[in-house]
Amino acid sequence: MSETVLEVKDLKVHYPVRTGGLIVGRYTPLKALDGVSFELKAGETLGVVGESGCGKSTLGRAVLQLLTATGGAVAWLGRTLTALDAKELKAEREHMQIVFQDPLASLDPRMTAGDIIAEPLRNYRPAMSKAEMKSKVKDMMVRVGLHPAMINRYPHEFSGGQCQRIGIARAMILDPKLVVCDEPVSALDVSIRAQVVNLLMELQRAMNLTMIFISHDLSIVRHISHRVMVLYLGKTMEIAPRDALYADPRHPYTQALLSAVPVPDPSVARARPRIPLAGELPSPLNPPSGCVFRTRCPRATAVCAALVPPQEQPGAGHDVWCHHWRETKVAP
Amino acid sequence: MTQRILDISDLNVRFATEDGEVAAVSDVSLHVNKGECLGIVGESGSGKSQTFMAVMGLLAANGKATGSARFGEIDLLKANEHTLNTVRGNRLAMVFQDPMTALTPHMRVGRQLTEVLERHRGMDTKAARAEAVAMMARVQITEPERRFAMYPHELSGGLRQRIVLAMALLCGPELVIADEPTTALDVTVQALILDLMRELKEKHGTGFVLITHDLGVVAGLADRVAVMYAGRVVENASVAEIFAAPRHPYTKGLLACTPRLTDAPTAVLPTIPGQPPNLQKLPSGCSFHPRCAAVFDRCRAERPALAEGGTLNACFLNHSVAAGGAA
Ligand SMILES: Nc1ncnc2c1ncn2[C@@H]1O[C@H](COP(=O)(O)OP(=O)(O)OP(=O)(O)O)[C@@H](O)[C@H]1O
Ligand code: SF4
Ligand code: SF4
Ligand SMILES: [Mg+2]
Repeated sequence: MSETVLEVKDLKVHYPVRTGGLIVGRYTPLKALDGVSFELKAGETLGVVGESGCGKSTLGRAVLQLLTATGGAVAWLGRTLTALDAKELKAEREHMQIVFQDPLASLDPRMTAGDIIAEPLRNYRPAMSKAEMKSKVKDMMVRVGLHPAMINRYPHEFSGGQCQRIGIARAMILDPKLVVCDEPVSALDVSIRAQVVNLLMELQRAMNLTMIFISHDLSIVRHISHRVMVLYLGKTMEIAPRDALYADPRHPYTQALLSAVPVPDPSVARARPRIPLAGELPSPLNPPSGCVFRTRCPRATAVCAALVPPQEQPGAGHDVWCHHWRETKVAP
Repeated sequence: MTQRILDISDLNVRFATEDGEVAAVSDVSLHVNKGECLGIVGESGSGKSQTFMAVMGLLAANGKATGSARFGEIDLLKANEHTLNTVRGNRLAMVFQDPMTALTPHMRVGRQLTEVLERHRGMDTKAARAEAVAMMARVQITEPERRFAMYPHELSGGLRQRIVLAMALLCGPELVIADEPTTALDVTVQALILDLMRELKEKHGTGFVLITHDLGVVAGLADRVAVMYAGRVVENASVAEIFAAPRHPYTKGLLACTPRLTDAPTAVLPTIPGQPPNLQKLPSGCSFHPRCAAVFDRCRAERPALAEGGTLNACFLNHSVAAGGAA
C-alpha cells in the first residue's frame, strides 16, 4: 500500500457565538469540529457521514485551509499546512481542490463554461498560451463527458448534472492530488447522480487522487469510499474500512444511521427493524457531558454521562468511541 | 369495496412562457383509494409537483389545467376559490418539502395550529389549544407545551416539518398530498416522519400521495406507485410489482442506478445515458426514446399509450407481447 499523504491531527474549529450580556459581550465557543484525527494514503477515498450540522463541511474546509482551524494540525506530504503563510499556502493549494454541492450556485453566471474551467490555469499557469489553455480545457471537457462545442455556453444553459461536470472539470484541470467533494451529487437526479459518481470514481483511479467524499447518503458513500468516518456534534464516533463499517458497525450512532437509510425494496423496507433515535440533535453550544451522543443513544448508561469514551479498536483500522462497544455487535 | 377518494382523469397542464408553451403534465390519469398511499416518482421536471399543484388549484398564473380531478362530490379543477378554501387544509391537506412555505415566520407555531382549528372546526381558544398540543405530541414532538410558544426559526428543520404535518392532520383529512416531505431532512428524522405517516394510514385510514425522487422512500410506504417521465405516467403498478417486476425500461433504469446499502459495491454504477428532455421540445414518439437501450423504429414515430402489459405501462415492448398473447 502507498504512503500516507494527509495527516489530520486533533483538528478543531470553534466559533465564538455571542450568548448574552448586551453590554459586556459573553461568548461561548460553538465547537463545529472538536478534535478530529485521521490519515489518508495516496489514492484513498475517505467518506464522511453524519447528520446535518455534525461538522462534515467544516472538516472539508478546514483540511483545505479554506477556514482557519482553532487548534490541531493538517500535514500534506509532511508539510504542516496550518503553519504556512499565505504565499506558501497558495503554492500548496495548487494540488488541492474542492467540488461543491450546488452545481449552479457554485459557478459564476457571467463566465462561460470554458472560462470557468480555465480559471485555475489562469491562476497557476499565467505563462500558458491562450491556445494551449483552450485545448487543455477541451480535453478536460471530453474527460468529464461534456461536449467541447459547449465551451462558450453559460452555466444557466446547462442542466444540473452538466453544471456539476463543469465544477469537476475545474477542480481537476490542474491535476490535483487531494480533492474534497462536499455533497457533490446530492442535488442531482438519480440517473444523473450515478453518472457523476462513476465519473468521480474513474478520475479518482486514473489520477490516483486522495479524496474526501462528504455526503449524507450512506449508500453512495459505501459505493465510493475505502474508509468511512462517522461524525456527530463535531466529534468522530467511528472510523473504519468500508466493509467493516457497513458489516460490523460498533457505534450505536452508526447503527442508527444505517438502520434509517431507506431501502429500495418493499419487503426489506417493511420488515427490517429500525433503531429509533430519541429526541433531537442537542445544541452544539451546549453539548452533553461525557459521550456527546448519550442524549439520543438507546444504550446510554451512567458512565456515558460521566466520562468521555476513549478510543477503542474493535478491529484493524477500525476505531470507535463508545464505552459499550463490546456489547453492540449486531447479528448480520 | 375500495372507495376512490381522488380520481384524476386526463389531466393536462400547460404553461405559457416567452419561448413557447411548456407541456408540464400530459394525459395523466391517477386515483387514490381510501387509506392508500400512492407514490409518485420521477426525476426533476417530470411533472410530479405540477400534477398535484393543478389538483389543489395552486398553479402559477401562467399555468392552465384541463381534465378533471374528482374529490368526493367536487371536481377540484372546476371548483371556485370558495369551495377550494373549504376543502384545502381541511379534508385535503398538503405538506411541502420546505416547511417554511406552510408556516408564517412571525407567528408562534402553536397559534398557527389553533388558528386552523378555530377556522375550520369552530373551536374556542381553549379547546383548540388542547387539541393542538395533543396533535403535536402525536407527531412525536417532545415537550409540546414548550414548543407551542416557539417561533418557526427557533425549531430545527425536522421539528418544523413535524409542525407542518401536525397542521395538516388537525382536521382529520381524508387525503394528504405530501410533496418531497422528507427530502430536506436527515435520514434519522425522515424515518420518524415516514413511520408516522404509516401509522396514520394504517390506524386512521388517511390517504396519502407521496411525491418523491427517492425510490427507497416509496418502497417503505406506498401501496401503489406511478412513475412519471417528461410529464406523463409511464408505469403504474403495485409497489411489489414496481420493485420486483418493473416493465418500463425507464423504471428498470431508475431501479438499477439507485445504489443499495445491501448490494456489494461495484466498480461502475449502472446509469441511464443522457438527461431528461426539454419539455418545450419533446422528442417524437416515446419521450424516453433518446435514452432507451431497447429503442426501435416504431418508438421514434409513435407514442406508446399507457396500457396493460404485465403492468400498466407505456412501452411498445410490453404491449406487443401482450397483444401476441405471449404474456
Ligand atoms: N410557472 C411555470 N412556468 C413555466 N414552466 C413551469 C412553471 N412551473 C413549472 N414549470 C415546469 O413544469 C415542469 C414540471 O415541473 P414539476 O415541478 O411538476 O416537476 P417535478 O417532477 O415536481 O420536479 P422536482 O423533482 O424537481 O420537484 C418543469 O419543466 C417546470 O420547469
Ligand atoms: S458511550 Fe454510551 S452514550 Fe455514547 S454511544 Fe456508547 S453507549 Fe451510547
Ligand atoms: S416505447 Fe420504445 S423507446 Fe419507449 S420505452 Fe419502450 S422500447 Fe423504449
Ligand atoms: Mg417537485
